Amino acid sequence: MSSILEALTADEVAPVAEAGGESILPLRLEGVVARIRGKTLIGPIDLTIGHHGLTIVMGPNGSGKTTLLRLMHGLQRVSKGRVSWSLPEAAVRARQAYVFQTPIMMRRSVVDCIAYPLILHGVAKPEARARAADWARRIGLGHVLNQPAPVLSGGEKQKLALARALIRRPDILFLDEPCANLDGSAMRDIESILMQARQAGTRIVMATHDMGQARRLASDVLFMYGGKVHEAAPAAAFFNKPQTMEAQAFIKGDIVE
Amino acid sequence: MDSISQGLFQAFRLVLTLDPDLYRIMALSLRVTLTAVVIAAAIGLPLGAWLAVNRFRYRRLTIAVLNAFMGLPPVVVGLFIYMLLSRSGPLGVLGLLFTPTAMIIAQAILITPLIASIAHQAIRDLWAEYHDLLISLNATRVQRIKALLWDGRRALLTATLAGFGRAIGEVGAIMIVGGNIEYSTRVMTTAIALETSKGNLAFALGLGIVLIGLAVLVNLGIHWLGRTERASNW
Ligand SMILES: Nc1ncnc2c1ncn2[C@@H]1O[C@H](COP(=O)(O)OP(=O)(O)OP(=O)(O)O)[C@@H](O)[C@H]1O
Ligand SMILES: [Mg+2]
Repeated sequence: MSSILEALTADEVAPVAEAGGESILPLRLEGVVARIRGKTLIGPIDLTIGHHGLTIVMGPNGSGKTTLLRLMHGLQRVSKGRVSWSLPEAAVRARQAYVFQTPIMMRRSVVDCIAYPLILHGVAKPEARARAADWARRIGLGHVLNQPAPVLSGGEKQKLALARALIRRPDILFLDEPCANLDGSAMRDIESILMQARQAGTRIVMATHDMGQARRLASDVLFMYGGKVHEAAPAAAFFNKPQTMEAQAFIKGDIVE
Repeated sequence: MDSISQGLFQAFRLVLTLDPDLYRIMALSLRVTLTAVVIAAAIGLPLGAWLAVNRFRYRRLTIAVLNAFMGLPPVVVGLFIYMLLSRSGPLGVLGLLFTPTAMIIAQAILITPLIASIAHQAIRDLWAEYHDLLISLNATRVQRIKALLWDGRRALLTATLAGFGRAIGEVGAIMIVGGNIEYSTRVMTTAIALETSKGNLAFALGLGIVLIGLAVLVNLGIHWLGRTERASNW
């Protein structure tokens, strides 16, 4: 497989929780509704994200995948219901990471962008930059370390966003279509990093449109439809025997409306 | 045409002969304006950033007032400060009227809204872009403002230069509070106004050309400093 990942030891991607601290999981959503100006975006939603696994969120455009991820991460205000972690609010934010559907690039060099989350946590600048440079090389950004992040290609930006998300070794990682701009080999690199992070104990929740990727990675699937979790099942069950017509059609590649 | 070429000639003569009077008023112009710019930037840049990232009750009103204050009439500002600083005024005991300090105060008041307003716009756009990321990374309020000021530094430099541009060419306010006293509060713009009123048009134009050259040099110098800081541009 990809050579850039050989040096990535479990220790480097293992979440802080695995190193002895208490995990912030499970995450619970109870009757959660998100509304904006009276319009319901998604909900009501009840679900639990347990300690282990890689949950894939699927569903047609506009079905609420992004909104669901943002709700879980605390970026989208909860209008009704409850989102709760096993630890108090103050402790959980710093132990999560999020990769946005459109990568947000700070006007800084690649290495400074990746180091930024560590700097925010008070890591000294030289150490933060050294660790960031390490991550950049492994993820295939070694040749653009000192370039301004905003001039990277779409795929390079996605990789940067992933490195920036993993560098704090989060308990849980949310990804919103992280491979949307990537070619086949870059996608394999990313998938293999995600698999290693998962083996090291990082909980992953990821939205994707790519059926092949979903089959390769998922331990379980949330199928969103019309702002609700239409179907939630272990991956094998979902792909082999979808329970709802909409999910069946979606998997077959039919247009679902 | 004739008086314009004479003006150019005067400008060269003034600069090349190292006219001591010229260099004195140039130095005072720079000292007053640069001090005012530093003070106005120290207030205006953080104020603009603060307005961009905080929601509070009268935010829109504050911003509207700030934008309106960008166009404060210098003469009115000058008059207002004159009244504050005059012997019978509330701050008269300080004895600041007709000193360079009074001119600095007037210019700082004139350009702080301009700098704050341009900074606010730039930081607001950057904040819209960075918002989700900085919230997601759990950056504290201070860390957010720091990131925005640092990453927006080019736009902030532009805001500061706009303030410099307005201050260096300003005449109404500093004429009133400074008094255009020779060897004490005479600066480039007030000298130009004086020479013009005396009918020395070529000499006045010569001073004007030197003033424009000075402003261009300062701008170039600051941009050059900004560029050398990092070779990359985006
Ligand atoms: N800020 C907002 N204001 C109004 N409506 C919104 C807002 N954000 C999302 N929506 C609406 O909520 C619905 C769900 O959007 P969301 O972005 O979660 O979909 P998605 O499943 O991620 O779609 P895609 O596959 O295109 O990324 C859409 O109908 C969208 O128009
Ligand atoms: Mg989406």
